[in-house]
Amino acid sequence: MMVPRELAEHDQPEPTPAFVEMLGISKRFSGVQALRNVSFTIRSAEIHCLAGENGCGKSTLIKILAGVYAPDEGTIILNQQAHSHLSPAASQRAGVQIIYQDLSLFPNLSVAENILFRRHLAMPSRLVRRAEIVKQAREVMARLGVNLPVEEVVGRLPIATRQLVAICRVLAAEARLVVMDEPTASLTHHEIDALLETVRGLKAHRIATVFVSHKLEEVMRIAERVTVLRDGSKVGTYPASEINRYRLTELMTGQKFETSLKPAFSSKTPPILEVRGLTRRGHYEEVDFLLRPGEILGIIGRLGSGRTELALSLFGMNPPDAGEVLIGGKPARLPTNRAAIRHGIGYVSEDRLSLGLVMPQSIADNIVISVLKKLTGVLGLIDGGRRRKSVNHWIDELHVKTRAPDRPVQELSGGNQQRVVLAKWLATDPRILILDSPTVGVDVGAKVGIYQIIDALAARGIAIIFITDEVEEVLHQTNRILVMLSRRITATLDPGKVTERELREAISA
Amino acid sequence: MRLNASERGAFAMPSDFAPDSQVASRVRFAGFLPSDPTITMLGGLIAVAVLVFSTLTPNRFLSADTLRAIAFQMPELGILSLAMMVPLMSGGLNLAIIATANCSALVMAAILTRLIQPSMPSPGVAAIIALALLAGMLTSLGIGFLTGVIVAFLGVHPILVTLGTMTLVKGAAVLATSGTVIAGFPPAVLFLGNGTLIGFPVSLILFLLCATIVAVILTHAPFGVSVRMIGSNERATRYSGVPTEWVLVGVYVVSSLLCWVAALLMMARFNSASAGYAESYLLITILAAVLGGVDPFGGFGRVLGLCLSLVLLQVISTGFNLLGFSPYLTAAIWGATMILAIVIAMVRDRWISRSTR
Amino acid sequence: MRNFVRFLFRRHDVQIGLIVVIMAACFSTISSGFLTPGNLMDMLESYSVMAIMAAGLLVVLISGGIDISFAAIAAVSQFLVAIILVRFGGNWFVAFSLAGLFGALLGVVNALLIYYLGAISVIVTISTMTFYFSILMFVTQGKSIYNLPNWFTSDISVLAIPFPVVVAAIALLLTLFLVSRLTIGRQIYGLGGNPEAAKRMGCNIVGLQCFVYGYSGFMAAVAGIVQAHRVEEVVPYALIGRELDVLAAVVLGGASLSGGVGTVSGTVLGIVLLAVLQNGLTLLGVSSYSFGVVTGIVILVSVSATAYAAKRQRKRSIRDAI
Repeated sequence: MMVPRELAEHDQPEPTPAFVEMLGISKRFSGVQALRNVSFTIRSAEIHCLAGENGCGKSTLIKILAGVYAPDEGTIILNQQAHSHLSPAASQRAGVQIIYQDLSLFPNLSVAENILFRRHLAMPSRLVRRAEIVKQAREVMARLGVNLPVEEVVGRLPIATRQLVAICRVLAAEARLVVMDEPTASLTHHEIDALLETVRGLKAHRIATVFVSHKLEEVMRIAERVTVLRDGSKVGTYPASEINRYRLTELMTGQKFETSLKPAFSSKTPPILEVRGLTRRGHYEEVDFLLRPGEILGIIGRLGSGRTELALSLFGMNPPDAGEVLIGGKPARLPTNRAAIRHGIGYVSEDRLSLGLVMPQSIADNIVISVLKKLTGVLGLIDGGRRRKSVNHWIDELHVKTRAPDRPVQELSGGNQQRVVLAKWLATDPRILILDSPTVGVDVGAKVGIYQIIDALAARGIAIIFITDEVEEVLHQTNRILVMLSRRITATLDPGKVTERELREAISA
Repeated sequence: MRLNASERGAFAMPSDFAPDSQVASRVRFAGFLPSDPTITMLGGLIAVAVLVFSTLTPNRFLSADTLRAIAFQMPELGILSLAMMVPLMSGGLNLAIIATANCSALVMAAILTRLIQPSMPSPGVAAIIALALLAGMLTSLGIGFLTGVIVAFLGVHPILVTLGTMTLVKGAAVLATSGTVIAGFPPAVLFLGNGTLIGFPVSLILFLLCATIVAVILTHAPFGVSVRMIGSNERATRYSGVPTEWVLVGVYVVSSLLCWVAALLMMARFNSASAGYAESYLLITILAAVLGGVDPFGGFGRVLGLCLSLVLLQVISTGFNLLGFSPYLTAAIWGATMILAIVIAMVRDRWISRSTR
Repeated sequence: MRNFVRFLFRRHDVQIGLIVVIMAACFSTISSGFLTPGNLMDMLESYSVMAIMAAGLLVVLISGGIDISFAAIAAVSQFLVAIILVRFGGNWFVAFSLAGLFGALLGVVNALLIYYLGAISVIVTISTMTFYFSILMFVTQGKSIYNLPNWFTSDISVLAIPFPVVVAAIALLLTLFLVSRLTIGRQIYGLGGNPEAAKRMGCNIVGLQCFVYGYSGFMAAVAGIVQAHRVEEVVPYALIGRELDVLAAVVLGGASLSGGVGTVSGTVLGIVLLAVLQNGLTLLGVSSYSFGVVTGIVILVSVSATAYAAKRQRKRSIRDAI
C-alpha cells in the first residue's frame, strides 16, 4: 500500500535561514539512477535526520554534499552561492564535515593529535608543535564540555569516547554542519544518551547536525526534522514530532506492515535446552531459562547487556565459570563450537560481515562449510554431486536470489546474505538455533522474509533463541521474552501481556 | 535437516518479496575449468615467449633438448613453490621452506653416508634408505608442526614465525655440519634426480604427482576448502565450526612435507646436502606462486596457474640460456615478468570495470 | 607509583631493555672481557651497518608497508658509487650524497610501483629485489672491486668512536627526529594506523609512500657505503640475504608488520639484543655456528610472548575478542 505523498511538507517557507540547499539533484551510476530530482535543505543549527533503506541514495546524497561526487543535474546553494557541484576542499571550507561510521581516527596517535591532525599534522613537513597541539585540543574539548585524556592513544579508548574524539575533530575544523553516518550503531544505551547531549551542545554552538541512519529510534528524540528517501527519490521532509516508528517504516518502504502477536505457545514436550545458574564473571551472571522444541524465545538487551556473551557460551565459544547447560535433559559440556554443533546448536552471529560469512568466497562453499565432513565420499574427498545437491536444495528452499552459487557471497544483498547464513546452519540439522540480531543491516522488506523463515523453522520443531535490541521485533516475533540488563536476566515477560513502553523501560532501567 | 518434497516452499515469502521465480531452475554451477583470466594471461605470455625465442634461435629452441632442460629444471623449484603456495592460500607465508628442505636433506644424508658400508648387501642398503627417508620426513614434519602450532595457537603473524623457524632450522643445520657439505649417496637416491622412467624424468613425475595431490586436496578435500575459507576470513570460518587451528597446523605440515620431497630431489641432483643450498629460491617461490594467480592475501589460487607460471619462468630461462645470456639476466627478467603480470592484471581490471559501467 | 611501574613493564622497549641489561650482567660476570670499552665498541661497530638499514626499514614498517629490496638497493648503490670513486675520485661527501641519491631513486621506483599498480609491497619489493640484484650480478659478473681509494678504506674515528658507529648514530637520530618531531613522521604513523583516514584527512598518499620507500633506499645505500668502508672492498653479493636479519631485528624491537607501530628506541634495543647475545656467546667460547640457533630461538620466543600477551589482553573483553 503506497503512502500518499501529499502528506509531506513541500515547499514551505523556511523559518530559519538555510545553511545549505540542494535543489533538484540527480545522479546516475553505470545505468542505475541513484538519485532522482532530490531537494534537501539543512537549516543553520538544526538537527536533521536523513532516513531511508539501504541503497535508497542517502550516502550518494551525502557524498555529493561532501564533494566526493558531482551531481548530473541540480544546484547546491551553500553560503548564498550557487554551485553546480562542490569539491571536497570547497565543501570543507564551507564547514561541512562528515563523521563516517568507522570514525576515520588514527588508532595509534594520541587524542590531541587526532583532534588537530588536519590543522597541524596534515601539512607539508615542519616541526611538530606538541605543546600547541595539546593546548588547542584542550580548548576544543572545553567548547564541547568534555574532558578526554589528551595524551592517550585513541586505540585504547572505548568506542563511545572515540566518537567524542571524532566530534572534537570536526569542531576543531570549524564545522558548521556535521553529518554523522549511523552514529548509534555500536553504542550502548547510556553512550547514546551522552552522544545526544553532545549533539545538543553542537547546536548551542550554531552547528547543524544531520544523522544518516536507517535506525532512528534514539536520535528521533532530539531531531527537529526528518527527510525520507526511497529508491533514489525524496518521499518528503517532516517535522520530527509528526513521525513515529511505524510511520517512518511506511515512508521508507512505501508499504504498510501488518504486525500481529504470535499465538501463545503451549507445548508439553520436555525442554530441549535448560540453562541453570550459568555465570561467566564480567560477562553475565546467574542465567536460568528453559527452551522447548518449536518455541521462539526472545532475549532483549542492549549492547553490553551480556546478550552476545551468553549466546557465545551456549555456542561453546565463551566457556562459563559456573552453572550448567542441559540439552535434551542431559548435562552437556560445550568446550568448543564443534561440540555445540554436535549437540545440534547453530549460531547466527550479529556481525554477518566478519563472523557470519566468508564474504569473498562462493555462496556454495559458505553453505557447506559446516558440513564438509558429511559430504565426503571416496578417499575422504568431497562428493561433488552431493555437494551440488545440498547447495541447490538450500538455495531453493530459502529462496536465495542468485543465479550462480559459485559467485562470491558478497555480491548478494543483505537479506540474501542472511539467508545463506541460515542455510549454512540448517544444513547442520540443528535442534537449537541461536539468532543474534539476525535482521541487523537487512532492509525492512527483507526482514519480513527472514521472520517467515524463522516461523517456519519453529513450526518444524527447531527451538529458537532470538536475540535483539528492537522492542517491536521481540514483541511480535517471539513466544516469550527474557529481558537482559546489566549482565542479568531481570524479567521474563509474555509478549501478549506487555506493552512496548513497558518493555522499553525494562531494558533501559 | 532433511526436507521432503511436500514440505517444499514452506519458507515461501509473500509475493511482494518473492524473488524471480525462475531463479531456482536457473541455478547452475560453473564448469570444471571456469574461464580464469590469470590462466588465459599466463597461456598468452607463454605463447609470446615461445614465439619470440623460436624466432630468435631457429631450430634450437623448439627442440627435444629444450623440453628436457625444462623438464629437469622445473621440479625442484616447482615443489618448493607448492610448499609456498599452500600457506599463501591460508593467508600466511612460509619463509622456512628452504631451511626445512636443507635440514631434512642433511638428516637423510647423514644417515645414508654414516650407515651404509661399501660391503653391505642390497637389502641392508634398502632398509637404510627407508630409514633415511623416514627420518627426513619426521624432521620436516616436526618443523612444520612447530611452525603451525605457533601460528595457529598463539596467533603470531606467519612471516614472523617462519622467520624465526628459518633462522633456527638453518642455524641448527649449520651448527650440526659446521657449514660443511655431506656428499656421496647410493645410486637409488640419485635416480630420483637424474633418472628417467619410460622417457620421463623421475623428478618431473614426482613433481606432477605432488601438484596433482595438492590440487585435489585444495579443491576437493574438506581440508582444502577450509584452507581457502581461512585464507579469506579465519574468524568467520572458526564460527562455522571448522577447527581452524588444526587446519593451520595442517597447512604448515603439508608445506613442510613438500619440502621433504624437494629435499630428496635436491640431494639427488647435487649428490650432496648442505645448510646453504637453494637459498636464492626462497623469494622466487613467492614470485612464482603470485605470478600463478595465488592471492598474496590468501583464499584464492590454483595449482594449474602455478604450473603455468613455472613453465613460463622456465621457458624464459631456457630461452635466455640459448641466447647466451647470463643466468643473472634471467632472474632479472623473472622479476620484470612479475611486475608485467601485475600491470596486465591491473589494466585488465580497469578495462573490465570501465566496460561494465 | 605501582601503576606507573606496571605501565613501564608493559612497554615493549622496556621489556627488551631489561632483557638486554640482564644478559649483559650475566655475560660480564662470566667473562671479564665483556664489559670493556674495546669490546663494546667492536660490538657496536660490527652492528652499525645493520642499524642503518634497520632505521630505513623501521619507517617503512611504520607506514604499513614492507621493503624486501633494501639490501639489493644497498648493493647496487655501493657498486655504482665505488665505480665513480675509483674512476673520478671524490670524498666522503660525494660518496654519501651519490649513494643516497641512487638509493632514494631506487626506493622511489618501489613506491611508484606499489602506488600505481595497487599491488602489495612485499610482492613488489621481492620483484624489484630480484630485478636490481640480478642486473647487478649480470653487469659485474659477480666480480668484486678491491682498488678503492685509500681515504675510503682507511680507519677513521671521531672522538675515539669508529666512523661506522658515528654514521649509525646519526642515521638513528635522524630517524628519531623524523618520526617523532616532524609532521611528515606523524603522517607516516597515521598512514600505517589507518590508511583510509589518512586519505580522508588530506594526506598526500603517493608523496608519503615515495618518501618512505625513498628513505629506506637512502638509508640502505648509506649502509652500503659504510659496509664497503669496513670491509675495504665491494662484493656484489655481500649484503644480499641480510634483509630478513634486519627485519628480524626491527620486529624484535616491537615494530608491527600491520603498520602504525614501532619506535627508534625499540629498534636500537632489538639490534643491541642480537649484538650482545652474539658477542657474549663468542666471549664464552661458544662456536659461532650456534648463533643461528640462538637468534632463531630469541625471535620465536619474543614474537610468541608478545602475541600471547596480546591474546590474554583481548580475552578480558569479549567485545573486542569476538
